[in-house]
Amino acid sequence: MKPKLTALVVAGMMAAAPAMADLVVPNMSYRTGAYGANGTQYADGFNDYFTLLNERDGGIGGEKIQVPECETAYNTEKGVECYEATKDTGALIYNPLSTGITYQLIPKVAVDKKVLYTPGYGRTSGKNGKVFEWVFNAPANYWDGASVAIKYLLDENGGDLSGKKIALVYHNSAYGKEPIRTLQGLAEKHGFSLSEIPIDAPGQEQKSQWLQIRRDRPDYVIMYGWGVMNQAAIQEAANIRFPMENFIGIWWSGSEVDVMPVGAKADGYKALTFHGVGKDYPVYDELQEYVIDPGKASQGGEHVGSVLYSRGMYAALVISEAIRKAQELAGVSEITPEQLRDGFEQLDITPERLEELGLPDFGPEIKLSCDNHGGSGMARMQQWDAEAKAWNLISEFTEPDQEIIAPLIAEDSEAYAKEAGITPRDC
Amino acid sequence: MDQMFFAAEVLLNGLMTGVMYALVALGFVLIFKASGVFNYAQGVLALFAALTLVGIQQGQVPFAHMINAMFGTHIEHFGWTVPSVLAILLTGAVMVLLAFLIEKLVLQHLIGQAPIILFMATIGLAYFLEGLGDVMWGADIKNLDVGLPQGISETIETATAEWFGYGFFIDRLDIWATLIAALLVAALVGFAQYTKQGRAMRAVADDHQAALSVGISLRFIWVMVWSIAGFVALVAGVMWGTKSGVQFSLSLIALKALPVLMLGGFTSIPGAIVGGLVIGVGEKLFEFFVGPMIGGATENWFAYVLALLFLVFRPQGLFGERIIERV
Repeated sequence: MKPKLTALVVAGMMAAAPAMADLVVPNMSYRTGAYGANGTQYADGFNDYFTLLNERDGGIGGEKIQVPECETAYNTEKGVECYEATKDTGALIYNPLSTGITYQLIPKVAVDKKVLYTPGYGRTSGKNGKVFEWVFNAPANYWDGASVAIKYLLDENGGDLSGKKIALVYHNSAYGKEPIRTLQGLAEKHGFSLSEIPIDAPGQEQKSQWLQIRRDRPDYVIMYGWGVMNQAAIQEAANIRFPMENFIGIWWSGSEVDVMPVGAKADGYKALTFHGVGKDYPVYDELQEYVIDPGKASQGGEHVGSVLYSRGMYAALVISEAIRKAQELAGVSEITPEQLRDGFEQLDITPERLEELGLPDFGPEIKLSCDNHGGSGMARMQQWDAEAKAWNLISEFTEPDQEIIAPLIAEDSEAYAKEAGITPRDC
Repeated sequence: MDQMFFAAEVLLNGLMTGVMYALVALGFVLIFKASGVFNYAQGVLALFAALTLVGIQQGQVPFAHMINAMFGTHIEHFGWTVPSVLAILLTGAVMVLLAFLIEKLVLQHLIGQAPIILFMATIGLAYFLEGLGDVMWGADIKNLDVGLPQGISETIETATAEWFGYGFFIDRLDIWATLIAALLVAALVGFAQYTKQGRAMRAVADDHQAALSVGISLRFIWVMVWSIAGFVALVAGVMWGTKSGVQFSLSLIALKALPVLMLGGFTSIPGAIVGGLVIGVGEKLFEFFVGPMIGGATENWFAYVLALLFLVFRPQGLFGERIIERV
């Protein structure tokens, strides 16, 4: 009995562990806990895109992609445990979908030589490839988001925001505090006044903050929230009859789960995005044919086409394109994390390439280099139509104000380099 | 002058928020009072009740994900919806069944054990119920609509604007929560004072051994108390779920109930209400007066500081029973 049991255990472990020849891209997901509703959709999109590549193309460059999933519950300690548990399984890259976990992993990936990809989140100054050799955060970061929001408001106000009052409602965490310096710089430049309103996690109770907003009557509210904080904030804004068209969320406050619980009163709410919305892209037909219909979709495919699903899918697409580039540069299909880093640094996802991939005009062009790990930072605005229960894109991709952001990135990354004893690379 | 009215508005809203906290705290009090167990799972009970209510209301097939994964089917809904009142009654029945199972599978095996063992069992129960809720009803955020109105009360706003020249903001959901909490407390006090089962519950709370010696079934009382706590959890789940959707962070509202319990006492139903009101008002006024000077976001920690201050002077809470143990 014992040898049989041992054989079974060994066979089980072999089946569970990725084959060494495969490309291993762990999915650090969170399907449980307070943020599970958000994490599930993102994780599904991430999984399904790699399943599509495996089923349709036999992987990338002939190599199958393994996507072992590890549950972090959006908990930093668990996230680090996931990283430690998977880093020796041939993992090439990590995308933890948590700024807290990202901050913990940044020093670790530099030692272990793994790529850390944090699209739209994480440490903003990770954009500086001279200091953060292993970190990539294209196509946009938190500071880009803040700047694009202000540019949008400038457009709405004929280029003049002087005298306007803008309130920043933010998740009282490393993530939520990210845009403050950028917005302060922009306030100084454009002459608007900025009030900062923190909300402690999880953020179910926000009465005081919204009473303050009701009293101060800001012209616009910008929100950097996540999880229940988003739904509660949109509900409270509706309760005090704050005009939804003057309420703008960052991309992490702009998914269906944020507005649906509020119902019709969320109509007109706006949010930034760095990718397209809806299912009107050819890639979704391919997902249907190769992934959903054969029953291979993550969690049965119930979230296909949602904002967070699309974002997870887009992250997988960027990673797969970087893998493809790495294979091309190295001349081998079984690449190492170092080669993947090189692939990222040579990445150029042009509009034509996006069209070939079945996602025309889905995202901005992503052209990275040794020193620019964050791309152009372009983002666009979407608006919620409560009756149709759909997001509509209402602006074109817009470049952020690099005059404000670039010095901040240089300052923050240089401070990190000094603190961590890193000599910036020559790029 | 406006500043004074604004402070009054904050105070009123603090009172209303306090009622919402008290609704969660009541469930803790009931179980602690009857069995001496601090029920760590009370927040998850509220989540589970709200998930079940929405699931029944929307005709969702329980365990659909598991069934689909095992049998390759694509079932999600039964194809019907259930009226709110019937759905609430059915959820109440589920909570009674859950109470029975908790007693049968967990508590029965721990009779005579130290309170800390029972407390540990409720921690396990919390994790189990959270997982069960996820598997049964899925992790998506669900809209909960049982017909409760939400949003600013325009009547109050107009009236106060006419009287004081300042229109007060009061959320209609908070008004309903206050009315429901008042009814709930009256019903609980009435039940405890004037019914045979209520008296038996109080007897068990006073002295387990003495209650057993006069023929009161401890097991029946536990099932009853957990059922009532389940119903209170359902009410709390409905209120908080209506506010921001039914989602897994709902279980974290228990964190808001802890300072309420510390302040009001673990064994007093009126204590839970008064404690809720003091915490609600205290945290809102502190955020209003002091928050802007120290960067804001004071509510989470200030509630605990306030409760700790009370603990220094009155360890049993405002209405709690003073327990003196001699060796």
